[in-house]
Amino acid sequence: MATVFSKPKALTDAPLHYCPGCTHGIIHRLVAEAIDDLGILGKTVGVAPVGCAVMAYDYFSCDMVEAAHGRAPAVATGLKRAMPDRIIFTYQGDGDLASIGMAETVHAATRNENITVIFVNNAIYGMTGGQMAPTSLPGQVTQTSPYGRDVKTVGYPIRVCELLSALDAPEYIERVAVNNVKNVLNAKRAIKKAFQNQIEGKGFSLIEVVSSCPTNWGMTPQKALDWVESDMIPYYPLGVYRDKSAKEGKE
Amino acid sequence: MAKVLMKGNEAIAEAAIRSGCRHYFGYPITPQTEVAAYMAKRMPKIGGTFLQAESEISAINMVYGVSSAGLRVMTSSSSPGVSLKQEGISYLAGSDLPALIVNVQRGGPGLGGIQPSQSDYFQATKGGGHGDYHLIVLAPASVQEMADLTAKAFDLSDKYRMPAMLLADGTIGQMMEPVELPEKMSEGGFEKPWAVTGTENKREHNIINSLYLVPEQLEDKNLERYERYKVVEQNEVMYEEYMTDDADVVVVAFGIAARVSKNAITAARAKGIKAGLIRPITLWPFPKEAIAKAAERAKGFISVELSMGQMIDDIRLAEGCKKPVTLCNRVGGMIPSPDEVLKAIEDMEGGAF
Amino acid sequence: MAKITFATDICKGCGLCVNACPRKLIVLAKDKINKKGHSPAEITDQSKCIGCACCAVMCPDCVITVEKD
Repeated sequence: MATVFSKPKALTDAPLHYCPGCTHGIIHRLVAEAIDDLGILGKTVGVAPVGCAVMAYDYFSCDMVEAAHGRAPAVATGLKRAMPDRIIFTYQGDGDLASIGMAETVHAATRNENITVIFVNNAIYGMTGGQMAPTSLPGQVTQTSPYGRDVKTVGYPIRVCELLSALDAPEYIERVAVNNVKNVLNAKRAIKKAFQNQIEGKGFSLIEVVSSCPTNWGMTPQKALDWVESDMIPYYPLGVYRDKSAKEGKE
Repeated sequence: MAKVLMKGNEAIAEAAIRSGCRHYFGYPITPQTEVAAYMAKRMPKIGGTFLQAESEISAINMVYGVSSAGLRVMTSSSSPGVSLKQEGISYLAGSDLPALIVNVQRGGPGLGGIQPSQSDYFQATKGGGHGDYHLIVLAPASVQEMADLTAKAFDLSDKYRMPAMLLADGTIGQMMEPVELPEKMSEGGFEKPWAVTGTENKREHNIINSLYLVPEQLEDKNLERYERYKVVEQNEVMYEEYMTDDADVVVVAFGIAARVSKNAITAARAKGIKAGLIRPITLWPFPKEAIAKAAERAKGFISVELSMGQMIDDIRLAEGCKKPVTLCNRVGGMIPSPDEVLKAIEDMEGGAF
Repeated sequence: MAKITFATDICKGCGLCVNACPRKLIVLAKDKINKKGHSPAEITDQSKCIGCACCAVMCPDCVITVEKD
């Protein structure tokens, strides 16, 4: 018998510290599968965020850098400018990328920095125990929005793909989800493309992965995935928001 | 070697290039913008990177990225901008990464002013950001030293795996003087097996990181770092002594304050007062021994600063509170005049302090 | 003919594989507790597995290896 599915080489043997049913594990694996499939493990350098994925440096078997909160795109810019022939990716959550690191994100995008950004949107700050994120939904109850996110006082969630699509520069922006098998397989395709773009020197590719946080949402893992379908995806529509090469007929 | 006339800020930039630095990240702020402007012109012509970042915070994190890759890298700013960089500087220190940060100081606090100052002394020498750490801090007092200490800072930073700061001020940054620049100002050649250059599937993955959730491990990292700092303190102290052999009154001053003080000492000597100068070139490590030695015969010390009495604390600690130490200072962009320093020397000599 | 194996010790018993299996062959073992203190996933009838790997695709912890003829 042939093995048709096993742990990718771009992941180390370290057991993941994530809560049961946390989709960070799925997204880590998809990134690792893309690295394996493209044969770039030996030349890839990843940048870990601050947040639940802070210890991603222990999980990916490529060289890794731990960045300060929100600064991963700036660190990745430094890495890529220093080593243009290496493949540089960041792995960031919603607080990291869309709150404290928004400036770094927007400016790396507008420079069309030739990096790959994996953006995990689970609408909450997980590591610190479930506070309101820039992507928490209107009315969403969190530790710091105990009466539900009141858009009149704290504003509306930020749709990162739509926002970045207003820029001229970025090469590729897509939103995917990991709430069922079909969406996971589609997310795998998107993430691989985001790496392929970098190999081809096309520039900034960002994949937003709509994901779940069973622990801080107070749901079972499966219920959390159901909530992704019923509540998250309607607010964060899946799809390709920017594909410069396809538009310009470069492909 | 022929000398060229250069601005202090430009001398830093050219010396960095001649020390093998090919990556510069900055953000405009007076009075150091010439460093960025010079780099913007030169770097593209020599295959280097000049990038105007979206903020000082981004600039220092780009520095963190290049340094992680094992290459020489720098950023420059002035006081308010250096405050913004403190987060990144703490991460550089916590990840044991070399880098050069230039601070061409201006008056503060807050937005302050754009005239010269030395009021970031505490920030530079005591850490600056969060956590226990030190930077190697070099204080140039001439355009030539702006160049020479830039090269020195890169070497020390690589040697000890710690970020280094060139702590200049607006006067020396803006001043023009003849300067000699050798083609190659640093031999480089430091091995960096820790750099994240890609495993090439030939080694275990390298991790650049400052997070240690196990307290025993984090304590060990801190202790190991401070062992390294001890070696730096033993081996790398730099200072200039001027007429201290027989000095009754010892002026301690760095940067522009030291230049003013030299004139005052010459004037004091003409009046028959035995005054001398200790000019720290490394502010961290501080020349403690030189000051302790001078304390054996001196009547007292005068700290001449462009700040409200910051270095004076280090002088007192070094001389062991045995002798009087007075402060001669101007702030807010003002510089003490030679006459003001002379007055302070005369007061000390006459016992009026 | 297909075979799935579970790295039982690292299973967190989240149950996402249980829902993903189109043939409903996976359960969380009611009578077992692994090293992590979770009831690990296991397959009830290996012979009915078609090796589609849906379970492995949804597993956040790379617990499942799938082999197929």
